[in-house]
Amino acid sequence: MGKAFGAVASVGAVATLYAMKKTWDPLPSVKAAGFTTLDMSAYEDNKLVTEKWRGKPIFVLKQSPEMVEYAKKKDELKRLIKVGNDYFMIVVGLCTHLGCIPGYRPERKDFLCACHGGQYDSTAEVTKAPPPRGLDIPPFKVDGMKVVLGEEGPEYKKMLQDGITLPV
Amino acid sequence: MAHFEKATSLHDWLNQRLAIDTLRRVLATEYWIPKNINFLWAMGMVLAITFGMLLISGIFLLMYYQPNVDLAFDSVNYTIMKEVEFGWLWRHVHGVAASVVFLIIYIHMFTGIYYGSYKKGRELIWISGMLLFVTFSAEAFSGYMLPWGQMSYWAGMVITNLFSLGDLHLNGLVEWIRGDYVPGQAFLNRFFMLHVLLLPLVIIALIGLHFGTLRIPHVNNQEGEEIDFDEEAAKYKAGKKKEAKVIAFANDFLAKDMFVVSIFLIFFFYLVFYHYEFAMDPVNFDPADPLKTPEHIYPEWYFLWSYEILRPFSTNVGLIAFGFAQVIFFLLPFLDRSPNAKPAHKRGLFFYWFWALVIDMIVLTAMGKLPPEGIFSTIGLYAALTFIGLWIILPIITKMEKEVKE
Repeated sequence: MGKAFGAVASVGAVATLYAMKKTWDPLPSVKAAGFTTLDMSAYEDNKLVTEKWRGKPIFVLKQSPEMVEYAKKKDELKRLIKVGNDYFMIVVGLCTHLGCIPGYRPERKDFLCACHGGQYDSTAEVTKAPPPRGLDIPPFKVDGMKVVLGEEGPEYKKMLQDGITLPV
Repeated sequence: MAHFEKATSLHDWLNQRLAIDTLRRVLATEYWIPKNINFLWAMGMVLAITFGMLLISGIFLLMYYQPNVDLAFDSVNYTIMKEVEFGWLWRHVHGVAASVVFLIIYIHMFTGIYYGSYKKGRELIWISGMLLFVTFSAEAFSGYMLPWGQMSYWAGMVITNLFSLGDLHLNGLVEWIRGDYVPGQAFLNRFFMLHVLLLPLVIIALIGLHFGTLRIPHVNNQEGEEIDFDEEAAKYKAGKKKEAKVIAFANDFLAKDMFVVSIFLIFFFYLVFYHYEFAMDPVNFDPADPLKTPEHIYPEWYFLWSYEILRPFSTNVGLIAFGFAQVIFFLLPFLDRSPNAKPAHKRGLFFYWFWALVIDMIVLTAMGKLPPEGIFSTIGLYAALTFIGLWIILPIITKMEKEVKE
């Protein structure tokens, strides 16, 4: 009798917990938060622009020839996105440590996160701990001179495979 | 149907139905408190009164607060502060009490550590007290989200990100906690619910448990003396009040408790009326902006020491150190291997350990407030290592401690 009661009650408890868990999931309207399209011809060299995708800040930094040289030297060209003849750094502007927004210092061509002192270079690769890795690259698809955030193009899939970024 | 007599008075009527005389005896007139204690033993009552003030001021804030990302900031900073008569009073009482309650909790905790009030039958008092500390921390954090200012938003971002657990990358868990990719409406609503309903219920239940754990072992005293409460109570009841080592909780001890509470309230309302700004971070008077992190993010003062243990390390190590800092106080009754339930100044090395811990936590608190650069980073790192080291050596130095004879 006790066992039967226990069995029925635990089925009920598990079902209730499941319902509670699902109630806390992000709503479909939140998940469907659309795609962001960027027109890449509008950016200027070494001038950081912050876009927005799924409520998160997206850093776009067009690389000057000097910055491309730097990226080549550090073998970080693979972190950049080529559109036409230009290279762009497009990353989620949230520190990989605990999610603050690092600030860009154009004269030093680097990012400093004020929360815990992390630093990144002009390709958003980490140069000073505590962040464990460079800034994450959002899913993207290059479409002529446009980049669509939220869609996974072949270049992005390759980056994931090569472990250059983690899924966001 | 049980048997009831015709009542001779209202008191008798209630007594037949609720046994109020027995209740009064068990809870007050025959609940025994040692005489040999000092004002630090009144902190429990100070905390109970402060919690009461948080509850009452919270009820009045709740009547005008709007848990909506578009309305929350103005409902606090305009409606409550400017339109509602005496709205400022409830807000300042609530904010100041939330800060001061932690000051008293820390004094209460360190009094317990100093006098060994977690030993020999009092382990559950300590553990239930630590559960209260953790729940109060969650309550303070969830409340800090509600004005939806810049510090609310970014503290919410940083603290919920902790749940991705570093290299485990549990982004799904973080998004589940937030109900969104970033803190938004779902996040504000659920933290509002936690702050005004679930966590206060848990706190009230835990306060009940905390009092319950105190009942059998009784309150400790300044010398850690083992008292035969039945024998001393018998002396007291026989009229030998001078000889007895105990007094009744009410009204005898309560009178002293209330004296300390009165002094505390003078200090408290001085802060509420003249120095509330220490509990009101200026950065949080800017509305939340998901696209701009404030220059320098720091938690309220009472979280700074554990924040500083997180900060000097790389993510994974930092999280482990932070986790260590959160749970280690729970284990105090078991890490202290000494047979002595005595005040620290009678316990040799433990006395130095106690003060080293206090000083180290003050250093961590100071470094947590300063920007994480240069010499401050280094001092913070060493203070964090010292904190961990102190807890590692605790079982060793307390094991070496000789038994103190009466």
